[in-house]
Amino acid sequence: MTANYAYMLWMQFRAELVKFWRVPANAFFSLALPLIIFIFFGLRDPTSPYAPGATVSTGAYIMASMAAYTVGNVMVFSFGIGVAMERGQKQDVLLRASPLPPAIYLLAKVLNALVFSLFAMVALFVFAHFTASVNLEVTAWISLAGRLLLGSLAFIMLGFFLGYLAGPNSAPAVVNLIYLPVAFGSGIFIPTQFLPDFIRGLSPYLPLSPFAQLGWSVLGIKTAESVPYNFALLGAYAIVFFALAVWAYRRDTSLKFT
Amino acid sequence: MEPAAQLVDATKSYGAVHALKGVSLDIETGEVVAMLGPNGAGKTTSISIMLGLRKPTTGTARLFGLNPTDRRARSRTGVMLQESGVPQVLKVSETIDLFRSYYPRSLPTARVIELAGLEEKAQSQNRDLSGGQRQRLYFALAICGDPDLIFLDEPTVGLDVESRRAFIQSIKGFIETGKTIVLTTHYLEEADELAKRVVVIDHGKIIADASPQEIKSKVVGKKVSFTSTRPVTQAELDGLPITASEVKHQRYVLVTGEPEAVLRELFRRGVDINDLEVTGAGLEEAFLALTGGPEK
Repeated sequence: MTANYAYMLWMQFRAELVKFWRVPANAFFSLALPLIIFIFFGLRDPTSPYAPGATVSTGAYIMASMAAYTVGNVMVFSFGIGVAMERGQKQDVLLRASPLPPAIYLLAKVLNALVFSLFAMVALFVFAHFTASVNLEVTAWISLAGRLLLGSLAFIMLGFFLGYLAGPNSAPAVVNLIYLPVAFGSGIFIPTQFLPDFIRGLSPYLPLSPFAQLGWSVLGIKTAESVPYNFALLGAYAIVFFALAVWAYRRDTSLKFT
Repeated sequence: MEPAAQLVDATKSYGAVHALKGVSLDIETGEVVAMLGPNGAGKTTSISIMLGLRKPTTGTARLFGLNPTDRRARSRTGVMLQESGVPQVLKVSETIDLFRSYYPRSLPTARVIELAGLEEKAQSQNRDLSGGQRQRLYFALAICGDPDLIFLDEPTVGLDVESRRAFIQSIKGFIETGKTIVLTTHYLEEADELAKRVVVIDHGKIIADASPQEIKSKVVGKKVSFTSTRPVTQAELDGLPITASEVKHQRYVLVTGEPEAVLRELFRRGVDINDLEVTGAGLEEAFLALTGGPEK
């Protein structure tokens, strides 16, 4: 006889929520920091066109950018740093000896990150609506949030990969060192036409680029690639990062558990 | 009935290090077994293999007749490990509730807290616990699923005398419920106090498997040690009432129940004895007595 998996998942999910909320740094980096960055880039003449001749406002453009940044950020940080830290504290050893299936542990983390991402996006939307007069159709708000949650799978896999690869002390540095330049290079903070040429050449292949395009296109911006293309590229990234995550997971567990 | 846990000719090598050199062990249902041995003897490795945390290099391990990683076997097993962690920001009661959900039938949280003696810390976050309280929490997590079998790996290590006493009382309380328990320790008194069966393990091998009384009877005695200006021959030791002998750091060490008789005979045989010491035998001498001599 084994315990009920649905109940196990529910309890694990609740524990993940509590663990995430009780660490002030998580709330700051996931909720407050995107709003602060939005103030810097989005509130300079927020109702003016984001680029010469554009119909979409600076506020809306930066809001969609920051939504993509935030969701990717929650995923990469909560999995990358969270998993690395739990490994560092040897929490995985006790769980490994318990009847909890690893899939339920990972699924609970994914659910928690999705809930938290949604929460962070709603905070950003409300903030942008009141400070930068961003007004979208109800369906557009939903579509923006929905596309980003769907596309976030690639970042979940990237997070797992980094979480099983990096040590608990190096994880924050590794994650920041990868995520922040990728965000800049993908035109999250400043449109790519203002970036150096060699980075612009790289930009379409960075995972945040198709991700951000999914958001911008909801606003009516003519993006470099179509929505199906961007989802396909993210899917390809998800597969590659998944393979790397499995490799890193096996490497970690074979060191400890054989 | 099948044993609750079983090792059959299990060996374990970590590269060139042979941690287990062929261990066979049946833990029967309802038994309280202490695995006794010095650090590095192979106690933790044996437990890890029985639990399925590690795979034997050769040989097999069974938990309730199943592969130890089988979830049905795990669901009947609780464990307290030496090196493990729990989420730092969860409260004690939340952590117990979480672990209870992993098991098909669990004890009520309040009962677990009471058994582990954590009443005053139930609402504290795990990071605020002292070393002794953390051990109690690990014990609570081991028993919360009302398992048929629990493994306690060095449950009292690092505890001060008082918390150790109190903690042993908690374990005794749990033993009375008739569960199967396997614990490791390097204290003979602890093994004696808790277990009905003591498995002594050293250098990756079982060197004794008996009741605490039998183990103790072998340990009773004194350690007679001395240096000598000329080598003592085996002939000079023949026929002496000693249970073990070895030469360590240029000292001759004899374990005996009759130190006076041994010394009288040694003097009579004209053995040159300097720097004589007669002390009570400790665990180290117990191993010496059990193995009959130093590792060859």
